[in-house]
Amino acid sequence: MSKIGVFVCHCGENISATVDCARVAETSGKLDGVAYSVDYKYMCSDPGQSLIKSAIKEKGLTGVVVAACSPRMHEPTFRKACAEAGLNPYMCEMANLREHVSWVHEKGEATTEKAIDLVRILVEKVKYNQSLNAIKVPVTKTALVIGGGIAGIQASLDIANTGHKVILIEKDPSIGGHMSQLSETFPTLDCSQCILTPRMVEVAQHPNITLYSYAELESVEGFIGNFKVKIRRKSKSIDEKLCTGCGLCTTKCPVKKIPSEFNEGLGMRTAIYVPFPQAVPNKPVIDREHCTYYLKGKCRICEKVCPIQAIRFDQEDTIEEVEIGAIVLATGFSVKQPDFFPEYGYGKYPDVITGLQFERLASASGPTLGEIRRPSDGKVPQNIVFVACAGSRDEAKGIPYCSKICCMYIAKHAMLYQHKVHGGKSYVFYMDIRAGGKNYEEFVRRAIEEDGVNYVRGRVSRIYEKNGKLIVKGVDTLLGAMPVDIEADMVVLATAGVANSDAEALAQKLHVSYDAYKFFAEAHPKLKPVETNTAGIFLAGACQSPRDIPESVSMASGAAVKVACLFSQDELTRDPLIAVVNRMAPPVYSSCVGCFLCVSACPYQAIEKEEIKNRAGEVIKTLARVNPGLCQGCGTCVAFCRTKSIDLQGYTHEQMYTEVMALLNEY
Amino acid sequence: MTLGFYPGCSLKGSSREYAESVLAVAKAFDITIEEIKDWNCCGATAAHNMNRELSFALPARILSLAEKQGLTEVVVPCAACYSRLTVTQYELAKDKELKDRISEVNGMEYKGSVTILNIIQMLDKYITPKLEGKVVKPFDHKVACYYGCLLVRPHEILKFDREEDPQSMDEVMLKAGATPIDWAFKTECCGAGLSISRTPSVGKLSGMIVGDAKDRGAEAIIVACPMCHSNLDMRRKEINKYLGEKVDIPVLYITQALGLAVGLDRKELGLNRHFVKVTV
Ligand SMILES: Cc1cc2nc3c(=O)[nH]c(=O)nc-3n(C[C@H](O)[C@H](O)[C@H](O)COP(=O)(O)OP(=O)(O)OC[C@H]3O[C@@H](n4cnc5c(N)ncnc54)[C@H](O)[C@@H]3O)c2cc1C
Ligand code: SF4
Ligand code: SF4
Repeated sequence: MSKIGVFVCHCGENISATVDCARVAETSGKLDGVAYSVDYKYMCSDPGQSLIKSAIKEKGLTGVVVAACSPRMHEPTFRKACAEAGLNPYMCEMANLREHVSWVHEKGEATTEKAIDLVRILVEKVKYNQSLNAIKVPVTKTALVIGGGIAGIQASLDIANTGHKVILIEKDPSIGGHMSQLSETFPTLDCSQCILTPRMVEVAQHPNITLYSYAELESVEGFIGNFKVKIRRKSKSIDEKLCTGCGLCTTKCPVKKIPSEFNEGLGMRTAIYVPFPQAVPNKPVIDREHCTYYLKGKCRICEKVCPIQAIRFDQEDTIEEVEIGAIVLATGFSVKQPDFFPEYGYGKYPDVITGLQFERLASASGPTLGEIRRPSDGKVPQNIVFVACAGSRDEAKGIPYCSKICCMYIAKHAMLYQHKVHGGKSYVFYMDIRAGGKNYEEFVRRAIEEDGVNYVRGRVSRIYEKNGKLIVKGVDTLLGAMPVDIEADMVVLATAGVANSDAEALAQKLHVSYDAYKFFAEAHPKLKPVETNTAGIFLAGACQSPRDIPESVSMASGAAVKVACLFSQDELTRDPLIAVVNRMAPPVYSSCVGCFLCVSACPYQAIEKEEIKNRAGEVIKTLARVNPGLCQGCGTCVAFCRTKSIDLQGYTHEQMYTEVMALLNEY
Repeated sequence: MTLGFYPGCSLKGSSREYAESVLAVAKAFDITIEEIKDWNCCGATAAHNMNRELSFALPARILSLAEKQGLTEVVVPCAACYSRLTVTQYELAKDKELKDRISEVNGMEYKGSVTILNIIQMLDKYITPKLEGKVVKPFDHKVACYYGCLLVRPHEILKFDREEDPQSMDEVMLKAGATPIDWAFKTECCGAGLSISRTPSVGKLSGMIVGDAKDRGAEAIIVACPMCHSNLDMRRKEINKYLGEKVDIPVLYITQALGLAVGLDRKELGLNRHFVKVTV
């Protein structure tokens, strides 16, 4: 006879404001098989857990139903509490009275009835729960970091310095990400390259780090501690071991007019190229989309000039297969291009540029060697306008969020402009100045007070060209919405920070959730900011939402610690909620008839064929067998099996039917 | 083929030439135009500033009449009427209770089954596909296509063209043999109803529009809205005062320009009714 305890949580007022918790506890107490029931304000707190533990001991409970929040939130908490009181943890179930009841319904009779129903079906289910033992799996102590921006670099170095192996993959020919494109950085105006490049070199030289540049994730299988990853190493068309990085080929390549990605289209590069002089690795790749040889079958000049014959035109992509214990996603972000803004000319005015392009103009290594010269004719702009929130915080543009970094980099840009162009006039159109952060507000004040940047509070409705000037039509809302027209020589749009175009596909490959804007989603907005909902996969930097360098670096170090924690264990425990094929006494062995429909159904290739042999070693039956290390408990095979030979532990046929029947039956 | 027609007040008064040119072009392409019988005012700017229910009831009555008359498609040449009718259809489709209430107010069932076409949509659907070979006198001029506020906004409701930099009129004019210019004032406000209450403001707002068209070498301004037309045409004295010079670029309805291109008579197109003489 079952002795079940029901523990109803108020979740502060989250549940109790809508559901009559006392009534739920009282009604549950009268259910068949329930030996004890109680309601309490915070069941997850220490006194709440003690309540459960002492009830298990004192009443000799055989099963527990906690009616509280989502099991995603606290199932591990309550199962652990049960285990501490000597009850098998898998004899504990949770009814979700918060996400499934109080948060989605109005207060009322029917709502409390629904809560009671949810408790009722779980009470019936628990009667059929079986004691299960957690599965132990080994941990592969190698981390994969995807994306070699500052976040990926920091995470790689931190993990590598704990003594574990790291594989860092970067899709571009060099690591560095957006930070390598920046001129100087707020709030201290230190040179971005100067603080970044030493770290890039450290990555390349670290004995624990394997860097694959020009490489992308091909596929991922497996689970925390035991991922099997395929990496596509795109062909660079050179023999990297031989190449000395002399760069001769890049000077002789006849295709010289390809807009440089690194210079945001403001400079040109060749078909065989190194993105920038400080690149890591500092070896060229051939861009096959533009190379004359790949397009027309003729040229091969680079091959002729290369002093050590390192060019390989017939090189193919290779797939590297690696075993990985944890993954850090650090793929960063992108910025919207001016062609996203019809009101600002749809990208048709060359002197309406993005903030990233301004970084290249202001950078000592940029196309103008750090002089602020406008793209159209190379003149130094005497009047410059910066437009904040270009796209950000604009529902009509589908980007309601704040891109967070723009207020600060605009202040930096205006300041750099004032330092470089004496007598020049700069204007910033803004909605609000969001300068939260250490020394950030002071930095903006400096731009306004010391460098004389004109801040105009208002939006820009239109930019158009007239007589060689860019007319910026805006409004000054602090002067009673007075229209302001500025004749500018150059306009810089702080265009919204957005997710990479391939972010969604990557998230789906990794089974990681993402938000409405395709930024990767953290497991909990406050308490699990670097974890994802998929165990063993962590987040760092701007791939989770636009953020600045200090935040990206902190996040990367946070993710590295999570990886190190994981790698500090030799074995992991996993919930045994996996499929099993039933076994019976000989001569039947199992009701499985060996059709192996399940083998083709399983998305994780977790089902194998098992041969049953007699003493003479002859095969007398072939059965399906689920590999407990690979099974993810998705249940697909259960639905496929024609003879009902597969059951999902914790969600058996018996348990499911009982739940449904409980719901159908009156109580 | 037959197309329903809602002229609205302007097309029967100050912009008779718009109606005339719509009818003339339709006739030239064998389209029978059937006016909605017993139509009323769409409510214009006044109704939706005063009373939300009234602002839906008036257009809903027009649409109910069209339904009763068996019309499936109605062309609404006035951009403001088009806006009011489309907004009503959108709001009533979203809210069943409101729809029932409005049917009750009007004492007339409203189904919401009529397709509303603005003038560009009508041209795109029935005229431009048949234009080839019919253009006998290409409208060979540099033109500034002026869309105004209501033809393309709000995009969420109208779902027509690009709201900040629309192209649909430019494309029609291109087919009529014109050279549309790239300019900055396609959707800037002409001053609209301030025409009566604050005429100098209209002089300034419309002045900026005409001024930019002139600076970029336009020989004609093409419009699709009676309000825009009257401000840019009838208020030319105030415009010229603002600009400090005499600008005599004519303002044509798109149907007038198209009519000229297919060789229709100038008088039939109402070109004699403008304040700024149509010299093109
Ligand atoms: C105009 C501008 C100015 C800025 N100025 C400052 C400043 O002054 N101070 C400051 O603190 N911050 C500044 N920032 C913010 C700063 O750029 C970011 O905080 C930082 O770049 C975030 O680093 P990250 O590594 O997360 O992303 P990223 O820099 O975007 O790096 C991501 C990396 O991942 C790679 N990658 C992407 N997808 C894949 C894939 N599928 N597979 C493999 N690799 C992939 C990319 O190629 C890239 O190398 C500025 C940003 C902008 C736009
Ligand atoms: S073969 Fe291609 S990469 Fe080499 S020099 Fe010619 S164009 Fe450049
Ligand atoms: S439950 Fe079945 S289908 Fe799903 S992973 Fe396990 S064995 Fe494969």
